[in-house]
Amino acid sequence: MAVLPISRRKLLLSTGALAATGWMSRAAWAEDTPSGGRLVVAADSEPRTLNPAIVASNGVFFIASKVIEPLAEAMMDGEGGLAPRLATSWEGSEDGLSITFKLREGVTWHDGEPFTSADVAYSAMQVWKPLQNLGRVVFANLDTVEAPDAHTAIFRFSAPTPIQLVRNALPVVTSVLPKHLYEGTDIAANPANKALVGTGPFKFAEHRPGEYYRLTRNDAYWGEGLPKLDEIVFRVLPDRAAAASALEAGEIHLAAFSQVPLVDLERIAKVPGLKVVTEGYEALTYQLVVEINHRNEILADRNVRQAISHAIDRDFVVDTVFLGYAQAATGPVPQNAPQFYNPDVPAHPFDVERANALLDEAGYPRGGDGIRFSLRLLPAPFFSETRQFGDYLRQALGKVGIDVTLVNNDTPAHLKAVYTDHDFDIAVGSPVFRGDPAISTTILVQSGIPDGVPFSNQGGYANAELDTIIDQAAETIDTEARTALYNDFQRMVVDDLPLINVAEWGFTTVASDTVLNVGNNPRWPVSNWADTALTS
Amino acid sequence: MHRALILTRRRIVSSIPVLLIVIVGTFLLLESAPGDAVDAYLVSLGGGDAGLVTELRQSYGLDQSPFKRLTLYVSALARFDLGWSVAFDRPVLGLIVERLPNTLWLMGAATALAFSLGSLLGIVAGARPGSLTDRALSIGSLALYAVPSFWLGLVLVLVFAVDLRWFPTAGIETIASGKTGLARVADIAWHLALPVSALGFIYLALFLRMMRTGMAEAWRQDFVLFARAKGLARRRIVLRHVARNALLPLVTMLGLQAAAMLGGSVVVESVFAIPGFGRLAHEAVAGRDAPLLTGIIIVSAVLVIVVNLMVDIAYAALDPRVGSGEASS
Repeated sequence: MAVLPISRRKLLLSTGALAATGWMSRAAWAEDTPSGGRLVVAADSEPRTLNPAIVASNGVFFIASKVIEPLAEAMMDGEGGLAPRLATSWEGSEDGLSITFKLREGVTWHDGEPFTSADVAYSAMQVWKPLQNLGRVVFANLDTVEAPDAHTAIFRFSAPTPIQLVRNALPVVTSVLPKHLYEGTDIAANPANKALVGTGPFKFAEHRPGEYYRLTRNDAYWGEGLPKLDEIVFRVLPDRAAAASALEAGEIHLAAFSQVPLVDLERIAKVPGLKVVTEGYEALTYQLVVEINHRNEILADRNVRQAISHAIDRDFVVDTVFLGYAQAATGPVPQNAPQFYNPDVPAHPFDVERANALLDEAGYPRGGDGIRFSLRLLPAPFFSETRQFGDYLRQALGKVGIDVTLVNNDTPAHLKAVYTDHDFDIAVGSPVFRGDPAISTTILVQSGIPDGVPFSNQGGYANAELDTIIDQAAETIDTEARTALYNDFQRMVVDDLPLINVAEWGFTTVASDTVLNVGNNPRWPVSNWADTALTS
Repeated sequence: MHRALILTRRRIVSSIPVLLIVIVGTFLLLESAPGDAVDAYLVSLGGGDAGLVTELRQSYGLDQSPFKRLTLYVSALARFDLGWSVAFDRPVLGLIVERLPNTLWLMGAATALAFSLGSLLGIVAGARPGSLTDRALSIGSLALYAVPSFWLGLVLVLVFAVDLRWFPTAGIETIASGKTGLARVADIAWHLALPVSALGFIYLALFLRMMRTGMAEAWRQDFVLFARAKGLARRRIVLRHVARNALLPLVTMLGLQAAAMLGGSVVVESVFAIPGFGRLAHEAVAGRDAPLLTGIIIVSAVLVIVVNLMVDIAYAALDPRVGSGEASS
């Protein structure tokens, strides 16, 4: 029997030092990796726009990150967790009102034009701040970008903006566009949104809708000896089973983002020539949460929410729903965000007796039929795991006398029901932790968010004290003080339970043994793959 | 062919109200489905703020009332403009023109397979109704008919693509191969072998059963008795007299099946990653893309009307009694 892949939980238990040495040996190995070849990768969908400066999402980055580069990329042992890309250094002023980026020299766009600070200034002011889904949050207070010389860009803010936040957001929100192709055009309708022009290791070659995307080697790439591959082809395979079969038949080399479902991994891992890789998703953590509608007066009672948390067996969820490829959550910040993670929070572990006691205490005794009250549960249809957890939650709550009706919707219907109409009691959601709590985590519990904003607090939860901490952290420049505020934030969220964090998971990659350097950075599938190589 | 012309004209006139009902019906159905194209798109963004949501609704034209959107759409349609797909951010016509040929190849080949093999086996079964061969074929074909096409597709992939590696697992042709001319045709045929089988084998049973039943009935007719009394060879009776008379209903079936296969292709195209019409329809529903879905349904409706018209014309040619009544009324 082949050795099973190391589980994610075990992986995360290994020490940081071990991870660092593993990394160094891999870096050394990169020196003599072979060059050339065409890598064929499964893609499960074709994004509406491929422009990562407008749509900062994993689906877009998966393809576009090879063509268009950010100022910096995440790196396991890099300084501040970052590896420089188009910027070589960044420094924030003490008042938090400006950040100075030194830009890489000698970089050219795929059409031969030189890359300069004007491109960065244009991208920031015309695209990231006004148009980009996440840039609108991070750069809300960006006032101007000055370009004193061709390789310096100074970002000036109207209100103090923490350098820590900007640093953490760099890999996601700073994809630079060529000003000379966008200036004076309708940015959203620019043809370069589909036929990308960037500075990255690969050039966009063609897209055959419904079939594939093809990227070719950028011979003029600034990274010495990079990229290793001649071509990357993203083959569109919408059916989940299709990716697994194509891997087994040797038609594709790699499927990322768990495109091979968890249930198939055990079988696939035994196929000679294929490997299952769990590394490379450390900064792409998805969180399994129970969203709560606080407008329901039963759920507005903190004891009831705590009882629900006690009714959930997190280890069972990890082992059964995620087959071990996840870990139990302790709070709103995942364990693999060491910069912010606070282990010192109250725990509401699996304890059916305690749950029953709390519900009795809250004034909801079991009726003659053993039922205390009824709730409608809307599991998000985004992943098979979110649906399966919905099934589990129904049973788990049934055991403590809460009668649950499952309401299954497709994606648009689920979004409308939960985030616009608030037509739910509890829902299963899967928010993403994006390197900094201010990007897409605090929005889950903050009050005053208009209706219709997806993946935000639409449960009507309002806690003035928590809002204050969130606002304070948003403008605290000192990194230590800001981190301390987020420690308090985590403690308060777990204590008051505006939502219940259940588990955290990354994804898995299945690759042919011939693909080298898979998973060697924390955002690997959405990084540039310059050092990815194929042995013949 | 004067009769064919009259038939064509009548069908075109009568299909206009059908198409209008289809358009309004599709629009209303999609309108009543919870969530709109912006909701469907937001999930792929993974997040945004309130301003973004409002701006998206504006740029999609979803801030207008449903009635206004419907009138806008129908008036554009009157100018033969199928509109703009919000999910793909491209003109609907371009998407349809791109995908339709793949589906036509798939459906055409699958129909040909189902019809030819089905009627052939039907003749074998109907040559001696009640015989062991007949029973075996009937049970076998019914079993196939009961199998869902996606399951049959997956099994075919596992056996012939993953284990034996005779055929590719998915796709319409070898990606970025640069093949042209006959080599490309051969490549596409090789890729279509499994999906065509998955779709064709399931509908084969219908033709087989119909042929067999028709023949079983024909055997009891007087002219067959006469042919036997005349001392004709059995083979000749089976082919020239019995089978030929049982063939007519199959032609009608052919027209009806065209619509059913269009539905079946949704599943098969997804399993085999063929960029076709069915998969496009699935993506349009998932993306709440009203212009695209309506466009697809209009083209499908036209397709079904045309196929049935062709069947009627063929029928009229095969049987002089058909169409004469319609022409004189």
